[in-house]
Amino acid sequence: MSLRGWLALARRTGRIAEPAAPRPAGPAGEARADTGILAGSVQVRHVDAGSCNGCEIEVAAAFGPVHDGERYGARLVASPRHADVVLVTGVVTRNMAEPLRRTVDATPRPRLVVAMGDCARDCGAFAGGYGVVGAVKDVVDVDLEIPGCPPRPEAVVEALRTVTRR
Amino acid sequence: MSGEVRVVVAVVLQTVVVVVAAPFLVGVLRQVRARWEGRVGQGLLQPWRDLVKLARKEPLQANGSTVVAWVAPVVVLGSGLLLAALVPTVTTAGPARLPADLFVVVSVLLVGTVALGLLGLDAGSAFGGMGSSRHLTIAALVEPTVLLAVYALSVPVGSTALGPIVEGRLADPGRVVAPAGVLAVVALAIAVVAETARIPVDNPSTHLELTMVHEAMVLESSGRDLAAVELGSWLRLSVLLALVANLVVPWGVATAGDGPGLPALAVGVVAVVVKTAVSGVLLATAEVFMAKLRLFRVPELLTGSFVLAFLAVTGSYVIG
Repeated sequence: MSLRGWLALARRTGRIAEPAAPRPAGPAGEARADTGILAGSVQVRHVDAGSCNGCEIEVAAAFGPVHDGERYGARLVASPRHADVVLVTGVVTRNMAEPLRRTVDATPRPRLVVAMGDCARDCGAFAGGYGVVGAVKDVVDVDLEIPGCPPRPEAVVEALRTVTRR
Repeated sequence: MSGEVRVVVAVVLQTVVVVVAAPFLVGVLRQVRARWEGRVGQGLLQPWRDLVKLARKEPLQANGSTVVAWVAPVVVLGSGLLLAALVPTVTTAGPARLPADLFVVVSVLLVGTVALGLLGLDAGSAFGGMGSSRHLTIAALVEPTVLLAVYALSVPVGSTALGPIVEGRLADPGRVVAPAGVLAVVALAIAVVAETARIPVDNPSTHLELTMVHEAMVLESSGRDLAAVELGSWLRLSVLLALVANLVVPWGVATAGDGPGLPALAVGVVAVVVKTAVSGVLLATAEVFMAKLRLFRVPELLTGSFVLAFLAVTGSYVIG
């Protein structure tokens, strides 16, 4: 497409983002007073501990132009050292149990661990599998859970908004 | 107020303005990009929120990292602050003992560049080392271009200090459109884009480690160390962008000749904020329609800018 084509496309499309939903009630991490400094700015490191990639598509959608999680101050980052929230998807498989522990250890405090999807919460369809160590809470401490198989992007954005409080 | 005091006031004011405005400039760049993509965007305040939060977090250091892990961020920030004080953004006045000379400015830039390179190597991770190697390769190609381009601009003025160069263009606007001047500014603009890790040389918002340059070096930094590195890089971006804007549109900058009094400084602040914001919008818009160059194509782009700078030097001697 030519440059003019791109410009016309951008003008025609305008704003794709959905209108902002009202702020979810109740600050999250209610039990965690130390997460107050995360208000307004939350960096998210996503860890796939053994997911079927259904949740990954929803994470991508939550930060895509339509749901635009970034407008609430949440942002995906490339390193756990930059992160405040570790977003874990999928059951924890044998090969990912130790990397998951190390990723959480590499995240500076105050930090939150969010288990996203039914597999991360209680192993879902993969319960009892030979390669499965357990749910995320069996390996690291979990602060927040997002139910669903997979959770809708709105649910992901809503959970992160309870942390950013925007 | 005596002249000496006025100069100090002007330089302090200039530094404060750049430090306060630098995160906002990054906010403008991200916001413009978001709007082109049909997003709402995170707002102009977001980089400041990120900085404040990072400064309050516990800094973690990787196993086996050395003293470099906390010294390098301070050096990067220091070099950014020094650039903000030296380079004429709000005012062309500068302390007489430490002139904003071409070689001083390029050295200060290089100190920050090398500190960042060492920071990437320190933790011993594969991606950090890869990023440092790329970063220093690019720096080795960029610095000669910066030197040559500013040298070409200095020929008609007869001084290699940046202040008189900007003042010279203000006094004789014909220089802004002179062929040698245009070539030099284009070469400098390309060098600035490479130096500040923007598209097409580096992608500041990438999550793919294999394509990272700047981001790969800071992967192991956290908390206030990361805040210092980020602010240092943003200062460098703002100062260099403001310098290019001042060379292209020199009007409004507070000159050393008028003392510079408070009214002139106020005009200078407004002028530089407007100029830099406009050039930031243009830069972000250009980035949206461009892809990052393959790493092995980057030297071609930088060689091209070096050739432009070389032609500018030749041209400024031949046709003035």
